[in-house]
Amino acid sequence: MTIEVRIPTILRPYTKDQKAVSAEGATLSAVITNLDSNYAGLGERLLENGALRRFINVYINDEDVRFLGGLEAPIKDGDSITILPAVAGG
Amino acid sequence: MTLEISQKIVDAILEQSRAEYPDECCGVVLGPVGADKALRLKPMINSAHSPTFYEFDPKDLLALYREVDDNDEEIVVIYHSHTETEAYPSRTDIAYAGEPGAHYVLVSTRKEIAPATEFRSYRIIDGVVTEEPVVITA
Repeated sequence: MTIEVRIPTILRPYTKDQKAVSAEGATLSAVITNLDSNYAGLGERLLENGALRRFINVYINDEDVRFLGGLEAPIKDGDSITILPAVAGG
Repeated sequence: MTLEISQKIVDAILEQSRAEYPDECCGVVLGPVGADKALRLKPMINSAHSPTFYEFDPKDLLALYREVDDNDEEIVVIYHSHTETEAYPSRTDIAYAGEPGAHYVLVSTRKEIAPATEFRSYRIIDGVVTEEPVVITA
């Protein structure tokens, strides 16, 4: 199954400036693995020690994946994933 | 680069920073895509409710990006206040700066300079901070 992933400006250098790319996978984890195989280095920007980075927000449709099971969140046909860097600081 | 911003928006940001003291306040100023014009102020909730940290709530953040897309706008300014330190990006500000195209505005309401305030603007790209002039328009 193929789904759309929206890429934030700061990560577009990895996707040749594409705002949205296609990816495949039945879970968020699988989608990220698939993204990283097509856009090398992207996975590293999303994951740290095998977990989602604290200051990267990932949404499936309108829901924060932290409430959907995190990396194990299931992905269905037609879902859309949005990646947004947190707006945060000290 | 220079940030051009109206006195009215500057005053509103400073007022918000005083109202939310001692917590840091935060928000964005939006403008039409590609124009680099800071026209529409949108205060955001600091979900950290902290004097030393700010963060947009993830749900508010998604809603903001959807709204900006729907209106053919972009985030021109990302601002927050420092309540006890100068208006210069902290280490965490630099580490988490995720919008290379935005003007990062810092205001300071620290007591030492009261009633004066600071309103300064920076680019933060790949960990490098560059201060830029601020031109306040009528």
